[in-house]
Amino acid sequence: MTVPREARSVEYNPVSAPDYTPVPLLRQLQLERLQMVVRRAYDRVPPLRERMQAGGVTPDLVRSLEDVAAFPFTGKADLRDNYPYGLFASPMEEVVRLHASSGTTGKPIVVAYTQQDLDVWTNAMVRTLASCGLHKGDIVQNAYGYGLFTGGLGLHYGAEGLGATVIPISGGNTDRQIMVMKDFGVTAVCSTPSYFLHLIERAGELGIDMRELPLRVGVFGAEPWSESMRRHIESRSRVRACDIYGLSEITGPGVASECVFQCGLHVFEDHFYPEIVDPSTGRILPEGEEGELVLTTLSKRAMPILRYRTRDITAFVPGPCACGRTLRRIRRITRRSDDMFIIRGVNVFPSQVETALLAVEGTVPHYVIVLTREKGLDQMEVQVEVTPEVFSDKIGALESLQAKLVHALDQVLGVKVRVRLVEPRGIQRSEGKAKRLIDRRNLAD
Amino acid sequence: MKIQQLSLFLENKPGCLLEPCRLLAEDGINIRALTLADTREFGILRLIVSDSRRAAALFTERGYVVNVTEVLAIEVPDRPGGLVHLLETIGNSEINIEYMYAFPSVRSEKAVLLFRFSDPDAAMARLQAAGISVVESVEIVGPGGRG
Repeated sequence: MTVPREARSVEYNPVSAPDYTPVPLLRQLQLERLQMVVRRAYDRVPPLRERMQAGGVTPDLVRSLEDVAAFPFTGKADLRDNYPYGLFASPMEEVVRLHASSGTTGKPIVVAYTQQDLDVWTNAMVRTLASCGLHKGDIVQNAYGYGLFTGGLGLHYGAEGLGATVIPISGGNTDRQIMVMKDFGVTAVCSTPSYFLHLIERAGELGIDMRELPLRVGVFGAEPWSESMRRHIESRSRVRACDIYGLSEITGPGVASECVFQCGLHVFEDHFYPEIVDPSTGRILPEGEEGELVLTTLSKRAMPILRYRTRDITAFVPGPCACGRTLRRIRRITRRSDDMFIIRGVNVFPSQVETALLAVEGTVPHYVIVLTREKGLDQMEVQVEVTPEVFSDKIGALESLQAKLVHALDQVLGVKVRVRLVEPRGIQRSEGKAKRLIDRRNLAD
Repeated sequence: MKIQQLSLFLENKPGCLLEPCRLLAEDGINIRALTLADTREFGILRLIVSDSRRAAALFTERGYVVNVTEVLAIEVPDRPGGLVHLLETIGNSEINIEYMYAFPSVRSEKAVLLFRFSDPDAAMARLQAAGISVVESVEIVGPGGRG
């Protein structure tokens, strides 16, 4: 396969070859796989067949990639309703692994993999890590949780497949993480961005400056994070902080990844077909417009998923990437359509709050938003942790910090909010996904 | 003489003072002086203790935000007008008193005042020039303390 000139100018890893597939060839491959996966779902998964029949569509209608728009969406509720095995397309004899996602309400959702599915997943993860600039010889500390969560094992097999040295430390036990990072000469860390921030903070308390360690790459995902958070991480450690994207329903991590240019995430389109739709109407949006990401698994056998509504808000990044990959890029996901809340008629995303907090010098992003209703009026309070960097023995200094935060939030959100300074122990530390919003409005009157 | 003062960030809620005091008690650290500055939502507990380094480590380990600052301990006569001379000495300068608190001296007829000045070195020089006694650390925290 020919590799574009641009690609040779950056670290090119042969495992990334499929990322440079010429576009016409890639579209042809996608169409063939789409036809197969729709057929497989129709033939083998009764709930999906019934859904297609109700919508008046059959697999033979897929003659081009655009035809997928006629097919029904799949939502998280569909996976929950068919708990645990109702959407499997393979007999259990062929299913070699199960994972389950954390159920925030009620039952979790269960996902299945054949050996071939695991191979595809590993391939996508190998390419993800290569895309972030990892290679053989890297010492990778994998601080994603091992277990039912897809993050741990996904990154693990990807890093092994790449030929890197994996330290399967899993999440938690922060002091040990830091000891290992330092003593083992770790060059890359995989974790949620909020946990890595926690590691930086704790390392500081232990008198370790991360900038002096050989760490060079951070592979961060599993929760939305902002560009300002990236700058914060990159200035307090020397890592290139790369954003990766994925979800258990589709495969786990490995759906899309940034390359070293960090300007959008390349979707591994040979395995996952992306669409961007209007979250309220479900209509496909013109290229470049912001909407909800919808994904179809093109290679999944055990559990084919058609047009999955991710709830993640993004847009296609137009034009080619400097890295030369032909894979389309999506913008970094900083918010979800179901994260949004409305306060006194104003739409607010937690990511906006983060931007405002970071704009105030010295504030690190450990915060939680609490919504309450007082005498029929919605109130928004942002609880911000006081850190050693901003703490002063003078009341006046803390009050002016508080005032600055209120002002910054007001500027970004256009709505008056309260800011409460809290002790660091006040907000629960996440070792997985950070919980940013507590909505108590249903409990109040 | 500059004395190490610990400041602790506390949320203003019932019971919040108990835990830090208990931590010190369990470790045999004596509180020599303290003051609590409060607002509606939060407060700052300022402490002079018998072993400030150990206390700071103890608090940090428990997740408190701690700040160590230097304050000046100054003795004044325990009688009407005892403070006035001192304030006059500082008053006609650019030095600002950020905050202050007092406790009775171990010696009789004196009161000890703890000052957080905007410029502690300038304040100390000025006070010493005026013959006002700045108290040694050992007199506040005791001989066993490492201030």
